[in-house]
Amino acid sequence: MKQEGKKKIWADYQKEIADDHFFYVRSCIRQSFFPGSEQFFLHMMRNILGKDVFENPSHTTCTGIGYHSDIVPSQTIMTVVARHFALMKEAGYKNIAISCVTSFGIYTEILETWKHIPEELEKTREYLFKATGREFDIPENMAHTSDIIYKFRDEIAARAKNRLVNKKTGEPLKIVEHIGCHYAKMFPKSGVGGAEFPRVLSGMAETWGGQVIDYPERRHCCGFGFRQYLVQANRGYSVSNTAKKFASMQPYEPDVVITNCPGCNMFMDRWQYTIKEMEGTTYGINGESIPVLTYEELAGLVLGYNPWDLGLQYHMVQSEPLLDKLGIEYDSSDKFKTGDGRQMPVPKNLINA
Amino acid sequence: MNSDVIVVGAGVAGMETAGRLAEAGLKVILLEKNEVTGGHVTNWYHLFPDRRPGSEVLQYLESLKVNGNLDLLKGINLEDARKDKNGFILRSSDGDIFYSKAVVVATGFDLFKSERKEEYGYGIYDNVITSADLERKFREGDLRTTGGKLPERIGMVHCVGSRDEKSGNLYCSKLCCVTAVKQAIEIKEHLPESRVFCFYMDIRMAGAMYEELYMEAQEKYGISFIRGKVSEAGESIDNSLIIKVEDTLAGRPLKMELDMLVLMAGMEISRGSQSIGSMLGLETGENRFFRVRDYHIGSNLSNIDGVFYAGSCTAPMNITDTISHARAAVTEVIGYLKQ
Repeated sequence: MKQEGKKKIWADYQKEIADDHFFYVRSCIRQSFFPGSEQFFLHMMRNILGKDVFENPSHTTCTGIGYHSDIVPSQTIMTVVARHFALMKEAGYKNIAISCVTSFGIYTEILETWKHIPEELEKTREYLFKATGREFDIPENMAHTSDIIYKFRDEIAARAKNRLVNKKTGEPLKIVEHIGCHYAKMFPKSGVGGAEFPRVLSGMAETWGGQVIDYPERRHCCGFGFRQYLVQANRGYSVSNTAKKFASMQPYEPDVVITNCPGCNMFMDRWQYTIKEMEGTTYGINGESIPVLTYEELAGLVLGYNPWDLGLQYHMVQSEPLLDKLGIEYDSSDKFKTGDGRQMPVPKNLINA
Repeated sequence: MNSDVIVVGAGVAGMETAGRLAEAGLKVILLEKNEVTGGHVTNWYHLFPDRRPGSEVLQYLESLKVNGNLDLLKGINLEDARKDKNGFILRSSDGDIFYSKAVVVATGFDLFKSERKEEYGYGIYDNVITSADLERKFREGDLRTTGGKLPERIGMVHCVGSRDEKSGNLYCSKLCCVTAVKQAIEIKEHLPESRVFCFYMDIRMAGAMYEELYMEAQEKYGISFIRGKVSEAGESIDNSLIIKVEDTLAGRPLKMELDMLVLMAGMEISRGSQSIGSMLGLETGENRFFRVRDYHIGSNLSNIDGVFYAGSCTAPMNITDTISHARAAVTEVIGYLKQ
């Protein structure tokens, strides 16, 4: 495999990413399933990189999951997104930072729609004004939060406490990256590195010392695929897609999977548990499963944060094997304690624990 | 330098045009940007449909250059070309100036850059090659993969950069299907034990003896033709290729392991054509090739009096049609100069 060929493609897919002053919009499911990611992003941006990031607690879901399930019509989702733009305008911001890949795809699709069909933009302005009395501007800069971390990957590397290297062997960690369908597959120019050989996560991983694996099913769906999961009768199809992906990466013996999209993280994490329960199959070495982290969690480990403060314990596949390779010290008894030291209930059936 | 006619481009069309005009007694300057003449044929091992060596056509073209009326100048990069009341003035980057009464544009085509079809991984995956790369391998007599293995399973992807809205090329390049069939047969002759799969949208065999070649490929050589586009290629841990394709006739997706994938790169207007086109103000069509004045009775005529076209700068063409088109250009130029 020739790295030079990839570099040529990456050069064609560089996007402008704002440097500061972001209006932040959260994800519905990221806050629920791995809440440390968004929290750490805000902490890192504000307190480590010294950036201005503003969020308005009255911003809502983008309704993307409903839209992709044919429940929410396009005019409705455009008006919801327009409301977010109105909140941004009211706060005096022009750069939007989007936490969720589904939302990022939605926002990108809507901006493209408005560009090509300006009458839809005018209709949306009218709907929003009638419903809320608000007005909005189109953002000057729109980035997924992984784009922003990619932009500052060197600054993070400069502050690294842990490189993505196996401390026992000295070898780079083998990393699978998965950007998610809605980051760049619909609009390749909207993603760093495009859709076929994306750079956004691989650029972070390599800058921080890891080695990225390119395996045959790299581009394959994580298994979520919306209807594959949302329609209950299709869930076997969802699991089988995840199984196909993990079977393809297994020979490379990856140490960790990093994901861009909340759905991808959830399904690549949870379905490993399901597949293990269903047929006893695991995909890591020594019968272990492969930890699946978000890029913020990975950045947090690189910067030396406590894995339990980052929320790694809220994944189904536990990260201890990865932490051991990185040489990160941890106390397993602290995993499910609150900040003031009270013990929370310990989930059953966690794997790798 | 003064001349009756300047021919720009010394590929098949340019050499044929220039040689024939010189034979007719006209003073001709033939300008070529490269140091070698012959254009794309110099890279081709065998030609379809009769599989004669490309070198034979080159020998014929070379023989046309031996004429006192013809000045061939190589390594010429044109910086300016314009028409005034006395005729045409062309200037090279070295400051050479050429004058003529007429210009024949024979600047040909470029092969589609297969890297642009990112899903196939050309330039990234070791054993994804183009049809032009395969011709080089035939010439060198070495069909091994980058791992040094003789390939056992080879895929040929038709329509790479042709009939493809995503690439901006809606047109058919006309020659890729027959090239794939010819190359598939040649692979089987070199490697009789190999399996060759051609992935096509439609098989377009519009040329003398093309259909017969297609039948021979199936009946004599057992080449498999699968109707469907390859959606992506990837590389497995042992360096073999994994492709995904839909077999649209069987109505099912396929995932196949291959040792080599050959991309049938289509044809696009050349950068040289675009350059001289903008200097002279030549019109192009939706396919970005030069727009001819009349597709039936004026396919050598441009929108500028005194500028003529020869060959595949106007549309994808095989060698037979290119030579015919060049000879027609000669007739048009002679008629124009007699006026």
